[in-house]
Amino acid sequence: MWKKLKMIPLAALVFVCVYPFCFLAAGSLMGKGEIQECLLSVMADADGYAHFPWLPRYPTCQSYVEILLDSPEFFVMFWNSVKLTAGILAGQFLFGILAAWGFAKGTFPFRKILFTFYILLMMMPFQVFMLSDYLLLDWLHMLDTHRGIVLLCIFSPFPVFIMYRFFHQVPQALVEAARLDGASQWQVFWHIGLPGGSTGILSALVLSFLEYWSLLEQPMTFLKSKQLWPLSLYLPNIGLEDAQAAFAASVIALIPAVLVFLAGQDYLEKGIMAAAVKE
Amino acid sequence: MKKKYRGCGFGFVLPSLLGVLLFIAVPFFDVVRRSFMKAASGTWAGLSNYRMVFSNTAFQTAAGNTLRFEAVCIPLLLALSLAAALALYGLERHVRLLKSCILFPMAVPAASVVLLWKVLFHENGLLGGLMHLFHLPGADWMNTPWAFWILVFSYLWKNLGYDMVLWLAGLSGIPISLYEAAQADGAGRWQCFRYITLPNLLPSLFTISVLSVLNSFKVFREAYLAAGDCPHESMYLLQHLFNNWYRDLSMDKMAAGAVVQAGVIFMMVLLLKRAWD
Repeated sequence: MWKKLKMIPLAALVFVCVYPFCFLAAGSLMGKGEIQECLLSVMADADGYAHFPWLPRYPTCQSYVEILLDSPEFFVMFWNSVKLTAGILAGQFLFGILAAWGFAKGTFPFRKILFTFYILLMMMPFQVFMLSDYLLLDWLHMLDTHRGIVLLCIFSPFPVFIMYRFFHQVPQALVEAARLDGASQWQVFWHIGLPGGSTGILSALVLSFLEYWSLLEQPMTFLKSKQLWPLSLYLPNIGLEDAQAAFAASVIALIPAVLVFLAGQDYLEKGIMAAAVKE
Repeated sequence: MKKKYRGCGFGFVLPSLLGVLLFIAVPFFDVVRRSFMKAASGTWAGLSNYRMVFSNTAFQTAAGNTLRFEAVCIPLLLALSLAAALALYGLERHVRLLKSCILFPMAVPAASVVLLWKVLFHENGLLGGLMHLFHLPGADWMNTPWAFWILVFSYLWKNLGYDMVLWLAGLSGIPISLYEAAQADGAGRWQCFRYITLPNLLPSLFTISVLSVLNSFKVFREAYLAAGDCPHESMYLLQHLFNNWYRDLSMDKMAAGAVVQAGVIFMMVLLLKRAWD
């Protein structure tokens, strides 16, 4: 009885979580006429209320065709998003993996204090560093460039924090044994650390991807030229007047994130959970 | 043997640490210095920038809203996600599917979901239609104090799954034998929860709160994308204010504001860490 009863709120929760996807998918498959009919009161401030069907009555791929074939600027934005995300992830991993390993297994002085410093930086919201980021980019002549945005994001302490947890679980005995057998620091890292922490690396990758694919604050502040904008900045500018394009573009922006989510769900969960484990 | 490895591992941290110092810490200390200067003339200004920030009504509104937002959202999110985790914990079937569904909003970019928010919360939108169906008064949700609650909702929507997984991690760490022993002694469902589950989850609580606060700063994305630069007063957050200052090139206000905020978060993290350790 109890089990049956608690399925009701759970089902409601699942509905709330999944409905936006159904909404976007259905909308993107509607023709221009159907969207206008459903959303007229929102689009044109007409009387009455908007309504929205579960499935399009006359499904069509017209809006995808239009946005993929007839709007070159959409491709540019999509490509910008890909470039920014790829650059940031690559940099974060180059520096982050090494740092996480060093923090987890190193024995150097001030290790704890330095790690606390990283956690402290991790907690700061964007606006705290807004001015310093601006001054830095201005000084480096990197305002309004992708390189500048990537530079600001690659030293984010968050992936270090996640990967640290996984490297920490690599048995210390294994590391000691390898060192006794004469392995160099680099060999220990390469042959024991990397395989042992690979789950953590993937977890941090998935979390970072979801975060940076919808990155908004930095590009909004530091990218003036429209042709450099990522999708997350471009989408809201489409506006409801062009609802058809907005729906299709929203779905296309969603697809990479959904694919990463589905493929990496186990890692995503492990990455989230890693933060909860107390040392 | 130990001595030989003293200082080991620092080389691994060094590249990242240099980057953090050069590109984050040093520029920030420059901002701290600037917060005591006049931006235009570069002369010493003492605390006048800070006085200017604190007496600024926009700052008071934004800081008040941000605090109110945290005070409402974090307890709500913690309670709801714990309830969801408990509901999921005892299930035998469909757990994976349910978890996927509840985690799904995490993957939805803010820019995509904003379209639904616009259609849902427009004066003549879906929510208005639903209210009309039940003969309840509607509103132009985004331009009334309801805007704040829309923001709360979108934060809960996005982060419930994340926090639920965190709670599940905490729950799975509680030995089943504890419950079995309690049940053998005749403890009821509520007693088990009150005297076993809650105390054992307490260590997770601090981490989960910290991560929830961290994620709450990102709610600005939804707020900005749905309502633009000048949202309703009730959802005007510190990030909006900083954007406006940035546009006006009010460097001295930005510097002092950043230092104040960094100080508040610094104190908060230290306090939480003390409670955590």
